[in-house]
Amino acid sequence: MTGPLSIFDRPNAYIGKSVPRPDAARLLVGRGQFVDDQQLPRMVHAAFVRSPHAHARIVSIDGAQAATMQGVVAVYDGSDMADHCEPWVGTLTHMQGLRSPPQYPLALDVVRWQGEPVAMVVATSRALAEDACGLIDVDYELLPEACNVEAALDRDAAVIHPEFGNNLAWERIVDSGDVDAAFARNDVTIVERTFRFNRHTGVTLEPRSSVVDFNPADETMTYWYAGQAPHMMQAILSKHLGLAEENIRLIANDVGGSFGIKIHTYGDDIATAVAARILARPVKFIADRNESFLTDIHARDHRIHGRMAVARDGEIAALEIDDLTGIGPYSMYPRTSAIECNQVLNLTGAPYAIQNYRARGQVVFQNKNLMSQYRAVGHPVAMAVAEGLLEDAALAIGLGSVDIRKRNLIRDDAYPVTSAAGMKFDDLSHCRTLDKLLDIMGHDVLREEHAKLRSSGIHRGIGIASIVEVTNPSPLFYGVGGASIAAQDGATVRLDAAGAIHVSASITEQGQGTNTIIAQIAADMFGVEIDRVKVTTGDTAHVPYGGGTWASRGAGIGGEAVLQAATALRGQVLEVAGTILQCAPDRLDILSGSIVDVKTAAQRMTLRELGRIVYFRGNELPPDVKPELIATRHYRVTDFPFVFTNGAMAAEVELDPETGFVKLLGFWVVEDCGRVINPQLVDEQIRGGVVQGIGGAFYEECIYSSNGQLLNASMADYLVPMAAEMPDIVVAHVETPTKTSVLGAKGAGEAGTGGAPAALLNAVNDALRAFDTSISEMPMTPERLLKALGVV
Amino acid sequence: MTAIEEINLTVNGERSTHRVPVRMNLVDFLRNELGLTGSHVGCEHGVCGACTVEVNGACVRGCLMLAVQADGLEVTTIEGLTASGRAGALQAAFHRRNSLQCGFCTPGMLASALEYCERGGAADRAAIREHIAGNYCRCTGYQSIVDAIYEVIAAEEAQ
Repeated sequence: MTGPLSIFDRPNAYIGKSVPRPDAARLLVGRGQFVDDQQLPRMVHAAFVRSPHAHARIVSIDGAQAATMQGVVAVYDGSDMADHCEPWVGTLTHMQGLRSPPQYPLALDVVRWQGEPVAMVVATSRALAEDACGLIDVDYELLPEACNVEAALDRDAAVIHPEFGNNLAWERIVDSGDVDAAFARNDVTIVERTFRFNRHTGVTLEPRSSVVDFNPADETMTYWYAGQAPHMMQAILSKHLGLAEENIRLIANDVGGSFGIKIHTYGDDIATAVAARILARPVKFIADRNESFLTDIHARDHRIHGRMAVARDGEIAALEIDDLTGIGPYSMYPRTSAIECNQVLNLTGAPYAIQNYRARGQVVFQNKNLMSQYRAVGHPVAMAVAEGLLEDAALAIGLGSVDIRKRNLIRDDAYPVTSAAGMKFDDLSHCRTLDKLLDIMGHDVLREEHAKLRSSGIHRGIGIASIVEVTNPSPLFYGVGGASIAAQDGATVRLDAAGAIHVSASITEQGQGTNTIIAQIAADMFGVEIDRVKVTTGDTAHVPYGGGTWASRGAGIGGEAVLQAATALRGQVLEVAGTILQCAPDRLDILSGSIVDVKTAAQRMTLRELGRIVYFRGNELPPDVKPELIATRHYRVTDFPFVFTNGAMAAEVELDPETGFVKLLGFWVVEDCGRVINPQLVDEQIRGGVVQGIGGAFYEECIYSSNGQLLNASMADYLVPMAAEMPDIVVAHVETPTKTSVLGAKGAGEAGTGGAPAALLNAVNDALRAFDTSISEMPMTPERLLKALGVV
Repeated sequence: MTAIEEINLTVNGERSTHRVPVRMNLVDFLRNELGLTGSHVGCEHGVCGACTVEVNGACVRGCLMLAVQADGLEVTTIEGLTASGRAGALQAAFHRRNSLQCGFCTPGMLASALEYCERGGAADRAAIREHIAGNYCRCTGYQSIVDAIYEVIAAEEAQ
């Protein structure tokens, strides 16, 4: 590079601009390619018989009548599947002590949650397959259930896996500094509270979907996949179905939302692959909405007791939490169900300089659907606990909400910092984001307004939260524990004969705009207009090996791989151009699709002309010049286990104390995700994330009966955020690029979901303060609020 | 197993005759029999709005209507709204404003938005929010969708 400008100031500058998504045009005209849109010759359809009980022994399964029905191709039970599929175990070696028994595609002998698949029918249509499911007679012998998290470890609790002796799956303790001494100080005030975060789920609008074909002639399997990690799924299918990994092709075209839901291993999806292999024809399985509620992983389900000691000046002297979380009867494969608890322990209080921190996490089995990673894993729990306790502490010592935060936030010039829980932080900006937040929301004016309104019987509240978000994970997240989950990602950039470039990348698109930012970075770094960039993702036959898009890693890790590959190709092309033009490559540049003089920007030749010479008229080149118009680079985070994003959020609510209804009046976010590649896409990630956080805070709950029956497994009964109740959300940024990459991008996909519940909890409790009561349970439903108010 | 009926209907301007199981719902018919995969199936119980299509000019849930009930009627899907250009201004505004992420709700959302615009809906954010409150979007948080619809109506009013 020449001159004082950075590489981000080149003329084809797309990084930092709100470029509209090229692939959105297709989706807008109904030309998406979702898995359920696949229609293949000889394709058959799967439906499942599912357990109606939370815990029962399977006495017998009679599928004879179903098997004779016209249109039915096959009927399978658990042992049929077990003959063709090795079971999986949802543990990782670095989650020391975590245990979970082998799990099969369909239940063997015992069912352990309502909705667990028991038998499978494959038929010529989904409707016929469901008809045949109705003809399968399963005889169950009921077993005692252990559903309630808080009773699952009791001595008289039913033990779900007798070989383990009790229902404890995992336990971890963090003890840093001298917590007991800090709590014993005579100058501290202690606040404590028990929080409950009930179960909710992802409710991707496109349900889990699989179409799998198997060709016995060459032992190849093709899996049209609605998920986030194609190479991970390739490895899983290979391992458990006994197929060569290279013979399995995963194709993820358009994915109708995932949010973590579709990154796990589900028995019905694996059974679909097994059936395709046995039948040697394409099998389609699309979960219906009832199946989605019963079997898509649920999230949260934590009960946390927290204590905080604060000195008179507001200093947090110590923080202690005790987390108990229920994960269903198995730890989810392959990422485990202990990660959420682990994140809660790692992240509670993370924005603040806390020396003395103790945390215990207990992860227990229960007879409910499996719980595992969903958007912002652990974050909404960790943030709400710390922010809730901080608000209690401020009130107890008579300090303002803002003042107590400013007293304890890690200073922007203090980095690098290692937290009491061992997290390594760098390039964060808690103080600047909070200041900016207070500014854009007009904090002081709002507070004054609320005080006036309160005297006229209008109860409004403001809640503030400072947050961190785990992004750009290194191999220390999963790979170190033995999972076949790549932490590195790759990108290949190729110049074609017409002067366009083709990028294939291992990160994946589920609507975030992955393909768009790949094109922006490649166009920018290489030197072409963005409409000359073609992007391929999601197909294991055509992309480099990599992890995919999850844990807010797509832009930060995959984007850096694209930057490196496009930069490398640029160098290679300039070498060839130097040969053709007989000048030193460093006197040339690529701008808007042409080779130009680096100083004058005068055009020397077009890329099309260069392509024509290299591809068609190689005789014009010296024999020793062997042009490579393709470059591949891979990138992984090496300096840190994770690259953290930070932010500050605020909510304004109005509470109706007679009905318990809460109206959302405003929501503000200031986010520092490092270099912003596409401001519009980042802002929309944050807004969408905040709204999912609002869902968990006010509406969404998987309500179970005491014997493990999910009572609201339909969209009519399970409430999700709809347009009428949602506020407009103001988003602003502080940009502190991460030093771990040239691109400097950190993740932004989960901050909204991770932070919004904390701000909302504090806002509701601010409104409740006039009534001398508070709430500590989510979702904050009208019923729970009326109970807190003593109305019911 | 299930009764079959013959139906005659017009879909996106094309008339045709089909023999369909009476229990088949309209959206399954459109997707699986006609290959019109732009309409999506999200909940199959009339809540999410992903299968919203136009039948004789009114928005209906394709999962709550049987294909046989469409006998003699005119059905318009996202493919038809695109071909006729009726949804063009909204599609352009959705694209500019990034009013979609995964795109699964989008065809149904556009049908509902178009109904609002064509019926003379006002450039009023609260009213727009109220109108699209039957269409579930998990990705966007709705604000960008409201922005796009508002922008289309405001532009028309300015002309």
